[in-house]
Amino acid sequence: MPQVTLTVNGKTHSVAVESRTLLVELLREKLRLTGTHVGCDTSQCGACVVHINGESVKSCTTLAVMCDGAAVTTIEGLAAADGTLHPMQEAFREYHALQCGFCTPGMVMSAIDLVQKHPEGLSEREIREGLEGNLCRCTGYHNIVKAIAAAADVMHGKRETIAAAAE
Amino acid sequence: MDTIIPFEGIGASVRRKEDLRFLSGRGHYTDDINRPGQTYAWFLRSPHAHARIRAIDLAAARAMPGVIAIFTGEDMAADKIGGVPCGWQIHNKDGSPMAEPPHPVLAQGKVRFVGDAVALVVATTRPQARDAAEAIIVDYDVLPAAADMHQAQAPGAPAVHDDIPSNICYDWHIGDKATTDAAFANAKHVVKFELVNNRLIPNAMEPRAAIGDYDPTTDEHTLYTTSQNPHVIRLLMGAFVLNIPESKLRVVAPDVGGGFGSKIFHYIEEAAVTWAAAKVNLPIKWTADRTESFMTDAHGRDHITQAELALDEEGTFLGLRVVTQANMGAYLSTFATSVPTYLYATLLAGCYQTPTIYAQVKAVFTNTVPVDAYRGAGRPEATFLIERLVDVAARETGIDKIAIRRKNFIRPDQFPYQTPVALQYDSGDYFSTLDMAMKASDWAGFEARRAEAAKQGKLRGIGISTYLEACGIAPSAVVGALGARAGLYEVGVIRVHPTGSVTVLTGTHSHGQGHETTLAQLVSDRLGVPVANVDIVHGDTAKVPFGMGTYGSRSLAVGGSAMVKAMDKIVAKAKRIAAHLMEADVADIEFDRGTFRVAGTDKTKSLTDISLAAYVPHNYPIEEIEPGLEETAFYDPKNFTYPGGCHIAEVEIEIETGIVSMVNFTAVDDVGRVINPMIVEGQVQGGVAQGIGQALLEACVYDAQGQLISGSMMDYTMPRADDLAPVSVATHTTLCTHNPLGVKGCGEVGAIGSPPAVINAVVDALRDYGVRHVEMPATPAKIWSIIHANAPRMAAE
Repeated sequence: MPQVTLTVNGKTHSVAVESRTLLVELLREKLRLTGTHVGCDTSQCGACVVHINGESVKSCTTLAVMCDGAAVTTIEGLAAADGTLHPMQEAFREYHALQCGFCTPGMVMSAIDLVQKHPEGLSEREIREGLEGNLCRCTGYHNIVKAIAAAADVMHGKRETIAAAAE
Repeated sequence: MDTIIPFEGIGASVRRKEDLRFLSGRGHYTDDINRPGQTYAWFLRSPHAHARIRAIDLAAARAMPGVIAIFTGEDMAADKIGGVPCGWQIHNKDGSPMAEPPHPVLAQGKVRFVGDAVALVVATTRPQARDAAEAIIVDYDVLPAAADMHQAQAPGAPAVHDDIPSNICYDWHIGDKATTDAAFANAKHVVKFELVNNRLIPNAMEPRAAIGDYDPTTDEHTLYTTSQNPHVIRLLMGAFVLNIPESKLRVVAPDVGGGFGSKIFHYIEEAAVTWAAAKVNLPIKWTADRTESFMTDAHGRDHITQAELALDEEGTFLGLRVVTQANMGAYLSTFATSVPTYLYATLLAGCYQTPTIYAQVKAVFTNTVPVDAYRGAGRPEATFLIERLVDVAARETGIDKIAIRRKNFIRPDQFPYQTPVALQYDSGDYFSTLDMAMKASDWAGFEARRAEAAKQGKLRGIGISTYLEACGIAPSAVVGALGARAGLYEVGVIRVHPTGSVTVLTGTHSHGQGHETTLAQLVSDRLGVPVANVDIVHGDTAKVPFGMGTYGSRSLAVGGSAMVKAMDKIVAKAKRIAAHLMEADVADIEFDRGTFRVAGTDKTKSLTDISLAAYVPHNYPIEEIEPGLEETAFYDPKNFTYPGGCHIAEVEIEIETGIVSMVNFTAVDDVGRVINPMIVEGQVQGGVAQGIGQALLEACVYDAQGQLISGSMMDYTMPRADDLAPVSVATHTTLCTHNPLGVKGCGEVGAIGSPPAVINAVVDALRDYGVRHVEMPATPAKIWSIIHANAPRMAAE
């Protein structure tokens, strides 16, 4: 079996995988990082989104062997070592942008990448279009859009804290 | 000394306790669980909608790597394993019981829908199990299929079940036919209308999963499953399918990633892995892929209805006649039979004083996935029918659509209001929710917005829905008399620990609703304990004494009421302990949010003083009061609860493409007392999104051979962020009069009220095109065809 060496949330792992093993299977089954979810078989739902070398990627459509040498960040690796939440995590809680929590990890990872790619800021419409690859069945997206707008302000230094951005 | 804590009680938008877990990847869903020595299941499923199984050849599959065992229906029959049961028996018009065919766990001789399970493969890894399933050779004798209700009722139609040649499950009715016919005979106007309530696929984001685990040393079976009601699964699976006593069967439903009804039901996979785990003496995990979710999760809706509304000259409703066909699919899912009867036809009065109603409902078997409750369950179907019919009646009688609603509304002074279809509404104020929604949506300014849109070449429409629903189901004796095979009470345990923290055991289940926060707020409000010190335990039959789970917006109305009852007992006992400690008469002890006081004095004790005394009973009247501070209560509801309100949708249609865009949506709902406004708002927004999905995007499609065409997220249009617009939510409260919290329920109102508002808006936008109705979903293709088939009057001019 091929051997894959990759860094996940700052920790290096070397794992033997079948060549058909998907990155999400490696994360969930070999490394027991179960925060990344599988919600569909067709790359439609985005519950599996992680960052590979800083870019959001659907880990259900990525072979583990493609990630040799890569740096992967999952939802488990977002908060600071002392437990301080990433502004996006904090905003999702403050704005009630999650209900069942299943789409949440992928939604948060996608949202961070979206915000990072738009330092100039994002309109409500742009946030909605930027979420094209992620499905949520619970929230109707209303609060997700608000949370991302608030987190974007904090991430780009326009506001100091999520709580201050809360209406 | 009293401790000052921030107010986290009833009415506070407390941020959710469960979120920290979900936001940091520490959620604990069924597929996240791994048992020592775990193996994996894969179900071989029928590719045909209807076929006889001539033979199954397992030889090649058994020789595949990693295969531990393969089971078929024959193995289950040999073990005398029963079928999964239906939980509600409906009676025909003539009093005879409905047809109730068996639903075997694995197919016995015949398959009846695409996705019907034929064999269960257990292997060391999931890919091995899947590979082996592909090596099974099934010799099918393919039969013609009854893919929809028309085909199933056509002369010479194939029988889904050989002993039910008519394909009719039941032919049921409610209301007074003679009185209703008489009302029509004397009517000035009769408005006739036929519509379809489109079949939907629930698509909770977490696919179903189940892990069977057997411990031979204790003979105990454990099932981990994606369920909204683990105790119900234990009861149904233990008693009716596998013959395992409750004492030897534990069902755990951990974090569950959305349900919307689809995870209420007892599914065959749960029984199969529980049974097979004991056969192979190894834990077995099954996780559906999304394709399996599409073709095995119970679908929703799927009605065809003819309705007639009789009105007098002034537009007063005189009577309503309804004939509905409801698709059951190939087998009866757990609560399928109750949905188009007691959760639908009993709602046909809506919020109106229609004096007489007669409804007939025929339930039909087809070669499709079973159909059962999906968010709203029957009430969206009733609401869509009523609110479309009222709009059509307004148009055809020339009466304003708001005026005709106001004229027929049940007035606030008429409660309790007895409808002609069994229900008695306890409270509501449909005038206020209507006024608030019209104001919030700037109804008065609509014509100006329409004119502005027309300048941009767009058709703008506004639509209203004034709805009522019934939830918090329902007195056990009543539902029992109507055919339910279960009680519908709820259980709450309040455990005050020695140092004052509280554990609540509830029989309800949270799969997105935020119970860990809302239910903790009830405790905080009553007992003065900070929300952080209140833990809500649910979803495990080994921890919670009993429960009926979460569906039908019942968790607060029924489950919360059980908690209130248990807290009453806690306070009563604690007062006696406080009286002893403060050497006062128990009648003189006052209690308010955590503090016990001797009336008229400054002598106080905190709840912690009392709990400590209760568990460390050194100075304690032990002969009179048992130690400990824990109480259990069962609460049986006295009636349904009746949320209602008004939804207003505004849409714009692009003439060139037929694309319908949501531009505004306003919801004003009366959900009774609001415990956490933030969570209520989120529930309504999510429900509205599903309602807009039904109205504009979602359609389950089978072809004539019974193949599921919309079988993936590439083919079935789930609402995405850019399909929706911001939803404005407000509440107007009238209290439920018969439960101690005054709550009604908010989980389903969004999905119930919104579809007719959206379609009324679409029809309004097309008002110059001579369109009377648009079936859901109002896709661009459908709208484009309407626009181009009906040469617009304005274009002709």
